[in-house]
Amino acid sequence: MSTSSGSAWVTGASSRMAKYNLFSRVNWGRLGVIAIPTLWLGIFFFVPFLVVFKISLAEPAIAVPPYSPLFEWNLEEAYATFKLNMGNYLFLLEDTFYLDAYLSSIKIAAVSTFFALIIGFPVAYLIARSKPSMRALLLSLVILPFWTSFLLRVYAWMGFLKKNGIVNEFLLSTGIIDQPLIMLQTDFAVYIGIVYTYLPFMILPLYTALEKMDLTLLEAAEDLGARPIHSFFLITVPLAVPGIIAGCVLVFIPAVGEFVIPALLGGSDTLMIGRVLWDEFFLNRDWPMASAVAIVMLVVLVLPIMLIRNRSGKEEAL
Amino acid sequence: MTSSQTIGQQHSAIPVTAEVPLWKQDGAEPFLRIENVTKKFGEFVAVDNISLDIYKNELFCLLGGSGSGKSTLLRMLAGFESPTSGRIIIDGVDMAGIQPWKRPINMMFQSYALFPHLSVEDNVAFGLKREGVARSEVKQRVAQMLDMVQLGHLGKRKPHQLSGGQRQRVALARSLVKRPKLLLLDEPLGALDKKLREETQFELINIQEELGVTFVVVTHDQEEAMTLSTRIGVMNHGVIVQTAEPLDVYEYPNSRFVAEFVGSVNLFEGKVIEDLPDSVRIKSKEAGAILFVDHGISCAPNQNVHVAIRPEKIKISHTKPGNTVNCIQGEIEEIAYMGSLSVFKVRLESGKEVRVTQPNFSRAMGERFTWKDKVYLSWDVDSSVVLTS
Repeated sequence: MSTSSGSAWVTGASSRMAKYNLFSRVNWGRLGVIAIPTLWLGIFFFVPFLVVFKISLAEPAIAVPPYSPLFEWNLEEAYATFKLNMGNYLFLLEDTFYLDAYLSSIKIAAVSTFFALIIGFPVAYLIARSKPSMRALLLSLVILPFWTSFLLRVYAWMGFLKKNGIVNEFLLSTGIIDQPLIMLQTDFAVYIGIVYTYLPFMILPLYTALEKMDLTLLEAAEDLGARPIHSFFLITVPLAVPGIIAGCVLVFIPAVGEFVIPALLGGSDTLMIGRVLWDEFFLNRDWPMASAVAIVMLVVLVLPIMLIRNRSGKEEAL
Repeated sequence: MTSSQTIGQQHSAIPVTAEVPLWKQDGAEPFLRIENVTKKFGEFVAVDNISLDIYKNELFCLLGGSGSGKSTLLRMLAGFESPTSGRIIIDGVDMAGIQPWKRPINMMFQSYALFPHLSVEDNVAFGLKREGVARSEVKQRVAQMLDMVQLGHLGKRKPHQLSGGQRQRVALARSLVKRPKLLLLDEPLGALDKKLREETQFELINIQEELGVTFVVVTHDQEEAMTLSTRIGVMNHGVIVQTAEPLDVYEYPNSRFVAEFVGSVNLFEGKVIEDLPDSVRIKSKEAGAILFVDHGISCAPNQNVHVAIRPEKIKISHTKPGNTVNCIQGEIEEIAYMGSLSVFKVRLESGKEVRVTQPNFSRAMGERFTWKDKVYLSWDVDSSVVLTS
């Protein structure tokens, strides 16, 4: 008896101690720093997400707002209805138009990301290897386009690419071609627009990764018999992988949902999910369908990112 | 070549090996020949017309402070810099225009420069794979090399999971696995703590002897240079001031710079008053006495010279020693008891401070010294060196 009560007393004391420690260990400053962005994301991302999710489960209606409510109260007859409409999601699967739009968006975004990487890597490499005094200037040149409106810059590309635009005029005058090239309103123009717009987002993380690289590693590789081309692919590229991943994510994600560029530069057959979304919303005024499209796009994008994050987190833990 | 070398030949009391080392044999073929090599960066002359022969199986140390040009010289040997003028010949082959990846040389970097994304094994295997060695042989040679540096059990680790000493061993294994003819080591022990350094020093010598590779080591640490090397080249302002065996560099420095850079030394400024073929008398105001040296030097009468005497060669006593040659008087100003030895700072009448070290032979020292003691300092006639430059 006495021993058991004794042990109970001990555990009681230790659990009280643990509680006390937990309370005193709360780092209020740290909590505050984390709380502000968490709150921000909660209010401006998660709550709207729930609203959109709610709308996606409704039916379109000619009303304000233009969809049916999930809950309906009938006070006179004393009943409430709760209606979940999965029809929008089922329709997404049924109509291959949506699947095609998703696949086409992913394809356009992937190809654009690839070209942004191919163009961005040498640029980032040269900036990282230039004189320290030059780097700030070169980096500010990379960011310079952001000083002009994005829309304006896309319009400028229309001027370049149209039938009697600068590119065609130049090529015709030099006699390289004798028929103007049709570039505007093709997928080609969309690729140009996306690569051009998102290139800085590729260059900056690549630069960060390349800039902090220890250059004696390259000398060590050469010393061990690696030609410069080998040390580039065996040392520089593997060490730039974090920058490559970050750059690709930063280009790919917004490119998938891109609306303005395909709308202005793309042709009628350029199928991208951003345009589908716009059409559903503003032309068909089918808010629930548009919401379902948006939710599915989010899931399609978020899942691979979470996988990448999970993997890189594990690698860092090693 | 210089007077110090001839002196060195007369005095080398401890033979390193039974045979006469290559650098003392006439007409011996050098393994590495540096011929009038100069390197300029713009206006700045980093390496100034250096000529140097290094022989097979040597462990040659380039010793110098920062900015002395020793690292530039090493980088030229590795091929990362090309000489502005002059030639570098390794094993009979002129290295001009030969890229680093084609040279029969490997280098161990000061920062180790281990590839952070590769495992220890892959780091060591890197050079062999570039050479196109068969996979089975790569595996076997890597394992063998890792065993030699006692890291066989850590092959799968990444560099950041290793301690400083372990990284140093990986770097050494990586630079040796290709069996280079010449291994360059840039401050090989610089990043290690004192105890690990002492252990590693001897390991390095063992490995060098075992593999028969010629080592060229760059270091600013004179102790490291003394213990490691067969010969030392002391560098200053892009020039090799003295090339000699460790003992000769210490006992017969050829200039004030070498005397002060290697170990500590007391220098007395003075004027030659008697210049005989086998002895010199120098009148020194600083020492407050006429100093006698028992070997001839090449100098003119009335020339200003410095007499250098190492702190441990000075005897300190309360009573006047029997022999009054090279005997000066002063007052103890500071005492530092360092366990194995005691260091005294003695102020002479001229105001000059003299450093004296005495080994603590027994626990109860025969003679106890304390602050403000009037003492006599004396040394043997063959203990000091006269420096003309």
